[in-house]
Amino acid sequence: MVRVEFLGPIQKPSLELEIQNLNELAAVLQEDAELSEWLKNCAVAVNDTLVSSLEAPLKDGDKISLLPPVCGG
Amino acid sequence: MLELYDGSLDVPKILKEWYEGEATSNYGAYIPFVGTVRSEDGIDGLSFDIYEPILNSWFDAWQEKAKAKGAIIKMAHSRGDVMLHESSYIAAVFSPKRRVALEFIDEFVEDFKASAPIWKYDLLDGKRVYAADRSTPIKGSGLLAKEN
Repeated sequence: MVRVEFLGPIQKPSLELEIQNLNELAAVLQEDAELSEWLKNCAVAVNDTLVSSLEAPLKDGDKISLLPPVCGG
Repeated sequence: MLELYDGSLDVPKILKEWYEGEATSNYGAYIPFVGTVRSEDGIDGLSFDIYEPILNSWFDAWQEKAKAKGAIIKMAHSRGDVMLHESSYIAAVFSPKRRVALEFIDEFVEDFKASAPIWKYDLLDGKRVYAADRSTPIKGSGLLAKEN
């Protein structure tokens, strides 16, 4: 089981999913019409480290975060 | 040093503390940048969400880069609401000579805008409206979208 958190303005409760990698996460989240616009502009972190590939395996207890476009200052 | 505050920043106090904290560290230059909320588009102020774990690791990486040049970075940012003419952001670089600090403050603030996990909202008629048009996707965004 992994936990998926939606940060900042996405305003969606977190999810608990039985998935093995980020490709499976992409497939699940793309089904959600409300999320599809966000996915185009979101960065992804696994256990608070940004990732650049969907291939890395996930393990039980991993935390995945979706980070929409930022604007500090 | 990274400091997060609820609401607006007490700019004179923070700048003074940083100045005094490094007074005998033998830095020749102290270059602060202060970001203040301006009146535009009818807003009452701004509001911020911060994701601290990634902000901390982003900041630590910059602190290492500064250290390699004999400099240090300090940063303060607000969480929640900051009203017009109040300040939400201070970044400062201390370095032995001015050139390093002048260049570093520019690079640091630009990367802060593009990469730091902070989300900005306009306060408009009592509502919090995400500043989508002023926001920047973090490098590598779109990984989970259909095109991939």
